[in-house]
Amino acid sequence: MNTKTTTEKKKPKLDFDSGWNYSPSPESTGHIRLEKRYDHFINGQFVKPAGGKYFPSINPATEKVIAEVAYGDERDIDKAVKAARNAYEKVWKKMPGAERGKYLYRIARIMQERARELAVIESMDGGKTIRESRDVDTPLAAAHFFYYAGWADKLEYAFPNRKISPVGVAGQIIPWNFPLLMAAWKIAPALACGNCVVLKPAETTPLTAMKLAEIIRDAGLPPGVVNIVNGDGKAGAALVNHKDVDKIAFTGSTDVGKIIQRAIAGTKKKATLELGGKAANIIFEDAAIDQAVEGIINGIFFNQGHVCCAGSRLFVQESVAEVVIRKLKDRMSTLIVGDPLDKNTDIGAINSKEQLGKINEYLKIGVDEGAEMWQSKCSIPSNGFFCRPTIFLNVSQSHRIVQEEIFGPVLAIQTFRTIDEVIEKANNTPFGLSAGVWTDKGSKIFNLTSKLRAGVVWANTYNKFDPTSPFGGYKESGFGREGGLHGLQPYLNLK
Amino acid sequence: MTRTTIKKTYKLYIGGQFPRTESGRYYPLLDKKKNVIADICLASRKDFRNAVVAARSAFGGWSSRFAFNRSQILYRIAEMMEGRKAQFLEELLVQGSSKVNAEKEITLSIDRLVYYAGWCDKYQQISSSVNPVASSHFNFSVPEPTGVVAIVAPQNSSLIGIISVVAPVIAGGNVCIVLASEKFPLCAITFAEVLATSDLPGGVVNILTGKISELLTHMSSHMDVNALVYAGKDQKEITLAKENASLNVKRVFVYDDVWEKGTAQSPHFILDVQEIKTTWHPIENVGAAGAKY
Repeated sequence: MNTKTTTEKKKPKLDFDSGWNYSPSPESTGHIRLEKRYDHFINGQFVKPAGGKYFPSINPATEKVIAEVAYGDERDIDKAVKAARNAYEKVWKKMPGAERGKYLYRIARIMQERARELAVIESMDGGKTIRESRDVDTPLAAAHFFYYAGWADKLEYAFPNRKISPVGVAGQIIPWNFPLLMAAWKIAPALACGNCVVLKPAETTPLTAMKLAEIIRDAGLPPGVVNIVNGDGKAGAALVNHKDVDKIAFTGSTDVGKIIQRAIAGTKKKATLELGGKAANIIFEDAAIDQAVEGIINGIFFNQGHVCCAGSRLFVQESVAEVVIRKLKDRMSTLIVGDPLDKNTDIGAINSKEQLGKINEYLKIGVDEGAEMWQSKCSIPSNGFFCRPTIFLNVSQSHRIVQEEIFGPVLAIQTFRTIDEVIEKANNTPFGLSAGVWTDKGSKIFNLTSKLRAGVVWANTYNKFDPTSPFGGYKESGFGREGGLHGLQPYLNLK
Repeated sequence: MTRTTIKKTYKLYIGGQFPRTESGRYYPLLDKKKNVIADICLASRKDFRNAVVAARSAFGGWSSRFAFNRSQILYRIAEMMEGRKAQFLEELLVQGSSKVNAEKEITLSIDRLVYYAGWCDKYQQISSSVNPVASSHFNFSVPEPTGVVAIVAPQNSSLIGIISVVAPVIAGGNVCIVLASEKFPLCAITFAEVLATSDLPGGVVNILTGKISELLTHMSSHMDVNALVYAGKDQKEITLAKENASLNVKRVFVYDDVWEKGTAQSPHFILDVQEIKTTWHPIENVGAAGAKY
C-alpha cells in the first residue's frame, strides 16, 4: 500500500484546529441524584454486602471516585438467586403475560422520564460521550423495555406449534461498554418471557444499573423479580456456578465466554454468549466515498471503539485506497477527544486504566510488528484515560492487531483488489459478530452479505441497533441472539 | 452345487469415497450366536480429520445451492432408499430386529427423508423476519447454515437414528461427519451407498464407524467444526463434549428423542444448526419526504 504523504498531491483542506475552537458545552451534572454508596438490590431492597466490603467506581475522565459500590461474593449471589427463585415460583411465572407486560411498560416510561439523569451518569461512570449516552444508550435501553413489554402476552405467536414455558432463574452478566443498554437488553426479554433474573453489572460501570434498580423499585415490580449484585469476576463466577440458576446470559470477552461454556458443561443450564469481534468494514471503489469515510469513523470510533461489533478491520479496494485514507485522516483530525460530558466531544474517555494499558500495549505491538501507525494530533486532557484515534497502515492478516480484539479506537487498514479476495480476508478470523459493506451496487451488497460469516451485516451504514433487530455472532463471537423475536427463544423452554 | 455368496466389505464414507480406515483397525460385529457378521472399520482421529477437511471443502457448494435443489436431492435420497429396502431389511434382521419392526423402521426412515426434503425451501420463510426498526433502514434476518457439524448418531438405532439426525442438518445447508452406532453400524454404511448414488455432492455427509470413547474427544475439540450434535444420554460423554466444545465456542445440541416415533421430526431440528444473520441497509426517509402520494 502506497500511503506516503509525498505521493499525495497538495490539496487545500479544511483546517478545523487552528482557525477557531468550539466553546465548551458541558452537560450539567447538577440535577442528578447519586448516593455516596450503593448496595446490592436483592428482593426489592437495597442490602449491604455479606462481606461488608465496597469498591470505588471512578470517573475515567477525571479519575475521581463517583461512588462506592458493594463488593459481592457467593453469599450475596446465593441470596439473590434465592430471592429470584422465590419470586419466580410464587409470583412471576403465575402472572398473566399482559400483567407482566405492564410492569415492563412502566419501567420503559420511567426510564424515558429520567433519561437525562441516566445519560449523565452513564457518561460519568463509563467515559462515553454525552452525545452517545443521550442519543443512543438511554433511548435504546428504554425502547428495549417497551418492545419486549408487548411480547409478554403474545409469546405463543412467536413459536407456532410449540408449547412455551419460562426457563426459570436467569443469571445475567454484562460488560462495561454499554452498561444501561446491556442491562435493558438482558432484563427486558427475560422478564417478558416470565423469568426472574440476577444481574451482575461490570465492576467499572455499576451505577446506571443501580439507577435502574431504583426505577424497578419505583415501578412496583414484585420483590425478587429483578436482583442486581455488584462485584467483579468472583461474583460472576458464583452466579455462573450457582446450582439454582437455569440460564446464563453473558456478554463479554471470548476468553471469559469459553470459561463459562466450560463451567456449565455438565449442567442443565442453558446459555447465550455474546462475545468478542473483529469486524471487517469493506469499502468498494463504487461506494459513496464521503459517506463511507463517515461510516469508517462511526464503525471504529463509536464509544471509543469499546464495541464488540466495532469495524476494527478496514478493507479498502486498492483503486480508492489513497483517497479514502487521505479523507479518513482529514476526518480523524476533526475529532474532538476529551470531556465525555461536553456535547462537542466525539471521543470520550477509555473506560479504565487497565483498558487504556491494554490499548497502549496493542499500539506498541502494532509498531513492533512493523505496521505504520498514524494518530490524529488532537489535544487530550492530562487527567483521565484517553487515547487518540489511531490507524495502522501496512498491516497484513497475520498481524496481531488484525487478528485480536483491541476494544479501543484503533483501526487496522488493508487493501484488496477482488471480491473473492476480500471475502476470504474478511472471514479469516475466529470471530463472526458483524461486518460492514460499502458499495453503490445492490447486487454486490447481497453477494457480499450472504458470504460474510457474521451475525450482523451493515450495508452502507454501521453500528445501528434496534430492539426489533436480532443481534449475535457466528463462530467464536458466541451463540444465541438478543433482540427481536429471535431474542425471546433463549428465555423460553420450547416443547 | 450351492453358490458361495459374496460378503460385503463395510468401509468408511469420506468425501464421496469409500476408504478403509487409515488406521487399519477394525472391530468384529457379532450376531446373537456370536458369529462374525462383518469386520467394521474402527475409524481413527486421522479419519475424522480427513472427513472434516472433506466436509469443509463441500460446505461452500452445498450451502450455496438453491434450496429447491437441496430439496430435490433429499427426495432423491429417499427414492434411492426405497429401491434398496431389501438390503436394509436384511441388515436390520441380521442385527437382531424383527421383520415387522425392521420394515416399519425402513419406511419411517424413507418418509422422514421426504419430510425434510419438503422443509429445505420452507424453514427460511418461517424463521425469517423483517424487523421494523425505528430508523430509516431496511432490516431483515434470515437463517444461514452453521457450517461443519459433527454428529454422534443414536447408539440404540441402526437406521432411523442416523437418518433423523443427519437429514435436518443437511436440509439446512450444513455438512456433517457422523459417527454411526457402534452396536448397529451396518445400515449406516449402506446409507452411505445410497448417498453416493443420489446426487448428494461428496463430502456433504461423511460417515464413520467406530467408538464414541475414541472419537468424541476429537469430534468435540476440532477447531474447524462449528457444531456438535450428540444423540444420547451418557452424562459423562455429554459433559466431555460440552467442555471441549468451549475451545472454539461450538454449538452443542443434545437430543434424547425416541426417533421411532412419528413425531420425532420437526423444523426446529433444522433451525438448531442455523445462525440468524441480520442485514441493515439505509432507505430514503419516506417520513421526511412527506406522504403526498
